[in-house]
Amino acid sequence: MSILTVSNLTKQFGGLVAVNSVDMTVEKGSITAVIGPNGAGKTTFFNLITGVYQPDKGNVQLGSTSLVGLKPHEISRHGIARTFQNIRLFSNITVLENVMVGLHKQLQAGIVGTLFQTKRVREEEKQAQEEAYHWLEYVGLAQHLNEDAQNLSYGAQRRLEIARALATKPKLLLLDEPAAGMNPRETRELTEFIHRMREDLDMTIVLIEHDMKLVMEISEQIFVLDHGEKIAEGKPAEIRNNVKVIEAYLGKSAVTPA
Amino acid sequence: MQKLTNKLKGNKLAQIILLVLYVVVTSLSLYLAQASVTAFLLMLFSLLLLYYTELPVRLKWLIAGVVLIGVIPFVSSTGPGYQSYMEVATVVGIYVAMALGLNIVVGLAGLLDLGFVAFFAIGSYTYGIFATGQAANFMPFGSFPLSGNSFWIFILIGCFAAALFGVLLGIPVLRVKGDYLAIVTLGFGEIIRIVFNNLDKPVNITNGAMGLASVQPPEIFGYQFVYPNQFYYIVLGILLLVILAVRRFEFSKIGRSWKAVRENEIAAQSMGIHLVRTKLLAFAIGASFSGMMGVVFAAKQTFVDPTSFTLLESITILVMVILGGMGSVPGVILGAAVITILNLQVLTEVTNYLNQLSLDGVISFPEALSPAKMQRFIFGAILIVFAIYRPQGLIPAKNPVFDEESLKEGSKKHKKEQIAVEPDKGFQA
Ligand SMILES: Nc1ncnc2c1ncn2[C@@H]1O[C@H](COP(=O)(O)OP(=O)(O)OP(=O)(O)O)[C@@H](O)[C@H]1O
Ligand SMILES: [Mg+2]
Repeated sequence: MSILTVSNLTKQFGGLVAVNSVDMTVEKGSITAVIGPNGAGKTTFFNLITGVYQPDKGNVQLGSTSLVGLKPHEISRHGIARTFQNIRLFSNITVLENVMVGLHKQLQAGIVGTLFQTKRVREEEKQAQEEAYHWLEYVGLAQHLNEDAQNLSYGAQRRLEIARALATKPKLLLLDEPAAGMNPRETRELTEFIHRMREDLDMTIVLIEHDMKLVMEISEQIFVLDHGEKIAEGKPAEIRNNVKVIEAYLGKSAVTPA
Repeated sequence: MQKLTNKLKGNKLAQIILLVLYVVVTSLSLYLAQASVTAFLLMLFSLLLLYYTELPVRLKWLIAGVVLIGVIPFVSSTGPGYQSYMEVATVVGIYVAMALGLNIVVGLAGLLDLGFVAFFAIGSYTYGIFATGQAANFMPFGSFPLSGNSFWIFILIGCFAAALFGVLLGIPVLRVKGDYLAIVTLGFGEIIRIVFNNLDKPVNITNGAMGLASVQPPEIFGYQFVYPNQFYYIVLGILLLVILAVRRFEFSKIGRSWKAVRENEIAAQSMGIHLVRTKLLAFAIGASFSGMMGVVFAAKQTFVDPTSFTLLESITILVMVILGGMGSVPGVILGAAVITILNLQVLTEVTNYLNQLSLDGVISFPEALSPAKMQRFIFGAILIVFAIYRPQGLIPAKNPVFDEESLKEGSKKHKKEQIAVEPDKGFQA
């Protein structure tokens, strides 16, 4: 059963077609990778799904609901969460609060309740703190709860972004280059972690990644973008030997010897 | 000195004793040496000391209450400076509330607003128009001025009117960000003032540049509020509510949403935060504090005209927030107090003193450096020094500290409910 269906998705920036008539189907519960050379349009593709940009053409469907025209916060409420290639944490607030923001959509507190600190609001707030702490434990950041997010190490910041995304309880999690800047050991742990997340949380995961070892190891389905177009899709073994893909990464001369 | 502070740290009894001693000494000196600005300032300084003690929060509030409600009015009440001190204290309170309002917009939500005084103007005119004969010009029913008894309701009306305008201004203004937002809000601030300045025709609503005179003083059970020492208590009451409110907002879902939007709009949105609603709420709540104090201001001055609501006022309030520490409630309170007292008391006293000296022929100033002109110069120099040496503000903003042990306990139940994780095997680097 498919959870995400993208059809004919197109986005132009001036004369540049960043995403060009892309079709894609993501199976529920799968781990899917989107790869491609720099500037291929991968991040733009994520931005179109999450409502950061509106597509010029085409459709994005989560289950049976169309996401086109929705604002990012509405899409989040439909069950899509993401991380960002250039980490976007709430730098000057604490690690715990960062995760708590991810829980906001399930909190009821309004102006009046907050002003009078009703029992319900206080309990809800306490619950949120506990749940946020739980997510920090899950990604192994619990001992940093009171630090400012900006003071975390790079790898820890990436994990915090994941914890924050998980707190929104997504059906679909989009990871934009989660292993960027990690050493081989961290990457290995990340691979294991992504697997575990899917098992534990019953999620579908789509990730953009340049680390081919990770991609080949982890993904069940791979989509390849180049210059905004989808040039290939298939299982890791198929992609590995796909001529078009090798061409896109290494240039024509690599496949057609002179 | 180092040794002394080390010794004091952790010793609550010593802190209390020192604080009480300090309050007693400054009280006595103010009580005996009447009309001494220094003594009055030292007296106010005790509140800052109180902030830095390590006493329980409730006790701090209690002591602050005693000092503000009882000690300060009492010890200054015997001399000729009484009303002028109370006037200063009242104005400080008004500015503190406004600065706390602006702090929500600028400090917490990160929206640079250069027209904030507009909401103060709206509060002032709301009461000014109905508490003078002015309203009779356009109201088909009712008799005006309304009596001073209506003042109390008008505090609420001013609060809501300003909040409403906050939303109305916010809707078009929030399409732009950053520097542009600052320019647009500046424009809106000026527009409001100019509208009030010109709304005397075709129907005379605001009486234009002439302003509204003889605003009814507040009244309750036949008791009228006319003097600064009476307004002092009104302002203190409202201020207390305002501080309570900002504190509660700051550490709630709403406050966290503001900070998230300030830190990163795109990330905040993709966490499900409604950007426009969150920003409008900041505008509305920030504005509402100003609206309330606007009503008090109109009643205290008994006169409202557009010249009280210039761009310079907006900038002064912004300076209070930045100098005190953006996003920091204690910082902003201190910032507002320092700037107001500097403007109202210290710099005027210095000017008077220098004038006296030159009158006596001790020193003579060239025309270009006359003390009155120097006042602004000194003010500017002080700001620059603060900006260089305390860029985070006098009391930088602090994040809440959560108790790990209790969270650890509580998070266990989430584990059972949702997923079985072994945290130790977690994703560890
Ligand atoms: N907001 C924008 N305005 C104009 N051009 C843009 C914008 N966002 C992306 N682009 C352009 O669209 C193209 C695709 O960019 P995108 O960030 O999606 O690439 P990517 O596949 O994520 O690359 P990388 O692997 O380097 O992250 C690039 O040429 C980029 O310059
Ligand atoms: Mg990218």
